[in-house]
Amino acid sequence: MSEQDQITTDPTKPAQRMRAGSMTISATPWIIAAVLLIAMPYLFPSRSALTIMNQMSITIVFALAYNMLLGQGGMLSFGHAVYMGVGGFVAVHVMNLISDTGAPFPMPFLPIVGGLFGMGLAMIVGSFSTRSAGTVFAMISLGVGELIAACSVIIVVFFGGEEGVSGYRDEGLPFFGFDFAQQIEVYYLIAAWLMISALLMYLYSRTPIGRMANAVRDNPERAEFLGYSARWVRYYSFAASGFFAGIAGGLFAINYEILTEENLNTASSGVILLVTFLGGVGFFFGPIIGAIAFTLLQTVLSLHTELWAFYAGVLFVATVMFFPGGLAGLIMMHVPVFQIGKAKQLVLPYFKTLIPGAVAVLGVSALVEMTFHYRHAATGDNEMTVFWTTFDSHAILPWVIALVVTFGALYLTRLNAPSLREAWAEANTPDGGAA
Amino acid sequence: MDLILVNIIDGLVTGLLLFMLSAGLTLIFSMMGVLNFAHASFYMLGAYFAYQISLALGFWMGLLIAPLIVGVMGAGVERYGLRRVHQYGHVPELIFTFGLALLIEELVQFIWGKNQMPYQVPDVLNFTAFAIAGNSIPAYKIFMIFISVAIFIGLLYVLTRTRVGMIIQAALSYPRTVESLGHNVPLIFMGVFGVGTALAGVAGVIAGPVLGTFPGMAFVLGSIVFVTIVIGGLGSLWGALVASLLIGWVTTFAKSYNIAMSDILNGIGFSTPENLSDSLWRDLWTVTSPQIADILPYILMVLILIFRPYGLFGKRDA
Repeated sequence: MSEQDQITTDPTKPAQRMRAGSMTISATPWIIAAVLLIAMPYLFPSRSALTIMNQMSITIVFALAYNMLLGQGGMLSFGHAVYMGVGGFVAVHVMNLISDTGAPFPMPFLPIVGGLFGMGLAMIVGSFSTRSAGTVFAMISLGVGELIAACSVIIVVFFGGEEGVSGYRDEGLPFFGFDFAQQIEVYYLIAAWLMISALLMYLYSRTPIGRMANAVRDNPERAEFLGYSARWVRYYSFAASGFFAGIAGGLFAINYEILTEENLNTASSGVILLVTFLGGVGFFFGPIIGAIAFTLLQTVLSLHTELWAFYAGVLFVATVMFFPGGLAGLIMMHVPVFQIGKAKQLVLPYFKTLIPGAVAVLGVSALVEMTFHYRHAATGDNEMTVFWTTFDSHAILPWVIALVVTFGALYLTRLNAPSLREAWAEANTPDGGAA
Repeated sequence: MDLILVNIIDGLVTGLLLFMLSAGLTLIFSMMGVLNFAHASFYMLGAYFAYQISLALGFWMGLLIAPLIVGVMGAGVERYGLRRVHQYGHVPELIFTFGLALLIEELVQFIWGKNQMPYQVPDVLNFTAFAIAGNSIPAYKIFMIFISVAIFIGLLYVLTRTRVGMIIQAALSYPRTVESLGHNVPLIFMGVFGVGTALAGVAGVIAGPVLGTFPGMAFVLGSIVFVTIVIGGLGSLWGALVASLLIGWVTTFAKSYNIAMSDILNGIGFSTPENLSDSLWRDLWTVTSPQIADILPYILMVLILIFRPYGLFGKRDA
């Protein structure tokens, strides 16, 4: 495989530069994150908010584990849900074992069991899949993922067939008096594991082996000349990623108390790829943003439209084509502007371009919804509601309005885009000379 | 013996269908080094377009026009999508085609809904061609075999005997040299991508009536196609053919002969445990070959990758 097969990173970006003695890390973001995690249930105490936050935290752990492969190791996996799924299935079985035998095992340690089994499976699969990165690795991951997902209906003892395996999380040994029957207790358990595993994954990326993963991603041949086996470096990343994916599976088992074939299939693997890439693979915090944004998007959009998967697909393809750095890349793009101190110059052009742009996007989605309603609603059901307005989808007027608004907004966006580009170039140029 | 012959024909139909998809995929791979995840989605688009056209103009116009539309769409995807993403490297290219596959599936559901389309075999071909010991072979299956073989021979002829084919082959190995000889290499790439997707479209048109035209059809066949070209060796046309036929026959035979695992295990000297329903190994004992027919290709792929990582016909450095 040539070096083109890897995601290449720009060595000039400060976040990716090797820092000497890099074990010293800034503690501030971690403290802020911990405080936020503790405070969230007080800010949003409702049950549904807790449900969303639990889902979000599990997705964050899984996305960070996935990014150990994709972002830091340059390995694209299409079957990573398998490691989370198997970790989760083992965790549920352990949960049932605890219920049946009354073994004194506190629930908070259950994710470790999931993690170990996720790592075990990753070590087996990795022994032949990490020989190369790039396309071959992606294909093997897909094939193995499909294989294990298909096994779930055959090996009923372990995977429980179509109805899956379920258990009870509150029958373990109480942990400092908590038995995790309440959702809020589960929230803090997941939050604690989120902090621990995020910190561990961050520290892992700072160790020599984590650094070598970056080196192998960028230029495997050169890494080999330095005396490192590219294959073994990939193998360690793969095993570590399997471990944290397994932890996410264990958390999933505790939160939902059930695992099914859905946790293993290619669709779940695709979702985690989408989440990670949307957030940005180039930065450690990218998957975190991706998981938060995607979970919110999924919850909010799926309440309002049945087309949410379509929008997610459009967003994904647009991200790959136009913003390969993802949300994190977009955010970090602005760091130099702030450092130069010219961020203020961007405010007005942003308003002038992004507001019509947002209106255009909303207009297009309204047109999409109207077309969908026109084609698929039951005959006689002509009323539809888009953006809190109810109208007749078979009448002319709403279509005219939607078309005019959309194209008007598109025109304004195009009109103002050049000035934004100029302002961007200007804001990125330090005073007193071109960069 | 008669059943074997019927199964050989059935497996041949499946295998040749797989080959029409994997041929385009493997050509595109050897050209751009990128695996087109959306390849099976173009197959699905072919079926849907052909259904829509057949409503107005009949099956034969669908067979003619739908692959053309799919090919043009494929060329457009290469020109305006892949070429743009290419600058970021191979992994984003793979991710792009993966996203495209998701998007096309959603798009198809958006336009045609989630239900299966009533896309039928044309009346001209809706009869029994011949019967082998009471098992009737529909004429449509024979038609599918002829179309696939004709396309394979045509492809082979164009690639090895014509000037265009020579330039394509040269552009696969030495794009820069071919470019400096005055050929428009990006155009060749776009053309090959378009032809590859059009082939997938043809496969969709002729498979739609028998395998069903529904939004999941790309997904059902998609991963098997990747498995096929991995087994055959990435970038090898002959490998794709052999692997397609192998998979076609293996799955067909596994489905039609009900071989139970317990028989095999008894045969090599293990005795069935007394209380089977309590045993942890009960799934192993109750497995039958039709149950695992669909995962046999994956098992085959894992075995191939362990013992011959570059596939049956692949080159070691590919």
